[in-house]
Amino acid sequence: MAGKRSVIPFGPQHPVLPEPIHIDLVTEDEKVVEAIPSIGFIHRGLESLVTKKDFNDMVYVAERICGICSYGHGYGYVDALEHIMSIEVPDRVQYIRTLLFELSRLHSHILWLGLMADAFGFESLFMETWRIREKVLDMLENATGGRVIFSILKIGGLRRDVPDEVMKGFIPELDRIAEEIKACEGAFLLDPAVQSRLRGVGYISGKDAERLGCEGPFLRASGVEWDNRTRGYAAYGEVDFEVITSKEGDSYGRCEVRIKEIYQSISIIKQCIEKMPAGNHSVPVKGFPNGEHMTVIEQPRGGACYYVHSSGKKFIERMRVRTPTFANIPALAETLKGCDVADVPILVVTIDPCISCTER
Amino acid sequence: MLDNLYETELSGLLNKVKEIQNTGAHIMQVCATKIGESYELLYTFGKGYDIKHIKTVVSLGDHVPSITDIFPSAFLYENEIHDLFGIEIEGINHDYRGGLYRTAVEAPFA
Repeated sequence: MAGKRSVIPFGPQHPVLPEPIHIDLVTEDEKVVEAIPSIGFIHRGLESLVTKKDFNDMVYVAERICGICSYGHGYGYVDALEHIMSIEVPDRVQYIRTLLFELSRLHSHILWLGLMADAFGFESLFMETWRIREKVLDMLENATGGRVIFSILKIGGLRRDVPDEVMKGFIPELDRIAEEIKACEGAFLLDPAVQSRLRGVGYISGKDAERLGCEGPFLRASGVEWDNRTRGYAAYGEVDFEVITSKEGDSYGRCEVRIKEIYQSISIIKQCIEKMPAGNHSVPVKGFPNGEHMTVIEQPRGGACYYVHSSGKKFIERMRVRTPTFANIPALAETLKGCDVADVPILVVTIDPCISCTER
Repeated sequence: MLDNLYETELSGLLNKVKEIQNTGAHIMQVCATKIGESYELLYTFGKGYDIKHIKTVVSLGDHVPSITDIFPSAFLYENEIHDLFGIEIEGINHDYRGGLYRTAVEAPFA
């Protein structure tokens, strides 16, 4: 016999949520039987600014969609316009862009590890991972001058070059980061107490994850080998990397995928530095964009779509950003069904929700 | 300049979406673009690394059929288009009735 149903509101303010998302949890006793997500608390209307700002200046706005995925948003917008305007950027630009993209993925994944540790109550692990992340931010600061918003991208290349000696100096630092992550890895993947909070929680099959339009580590943790970097944009076609997947399909699998992707990112950055071609850091851009294009890239949290529609004027008609968290919300609601109420906070964290991106 | 773009009348939208779903594709995004007094609706689907788009032009007051019977996870995109552009979409499986985005400014507010 079915028990009495109650609705428990989760969010928009909650200790595991730095940003607001609300989920109505329909429960029977301690089990969630349905989850109804709700967003829209802090929608900013940044996309609509394209109709009022010069298309070159919109790069700054795109970067400010989110403080963690900032670089990827700038890249997606710039890449879409470069396609529309048939701009071919120098190889050096493609390599530096790839390097910066992977540094961004690195700091995003390490940030997530800290948030995850905090969610399951391992405070010292949270502090240790964020200490490691500071080193990645230091590298980004050395390369771009910024730690959160980098403002190095522009249509046609980069605003400034990154000296070779600065990039070569990253290699020993990356080796140290790999060692330090390795030292933390066991706490996430082998500790029995941590495993008891992650294993079997929020399972979703690969078939369902694909059907629901799931993206990124959330999808790959269900065994689906799908990473937009293999499309070969920027310099990804010139470097070797493995698409990390897990067969687990649960919260543990998502943790495993992100940790292994950290090593892949470090490898990609080192390859970029070793293969870095000489050349200019930008090409001149003339005229106004006329046409439409959709760029699809792999942000740290998953695939993101950047659609730009323009008609040969200073102002663009439409910029649409489909962020990975937006795509992952239906699958999150699905995975919440059947879980214990106590597991909801951890499960929500495992998709690495970015509400700032979602509420662009 | 979009590759694999199919343009269709509003009346043929669901058939085209169903046709793409039959190939095993999943929904990637739906968005609206205001062009003059009309709106272009762009539906994007992916299968593996292949991407297909369907575009249809609608006006305010047109009743756009929901594709959530075919792609249930499209409900957020359709509610978003309703809330931010004021386009009526009929038959959404989870219809927030204008409550998905809590914007102080009425649509259009992309």
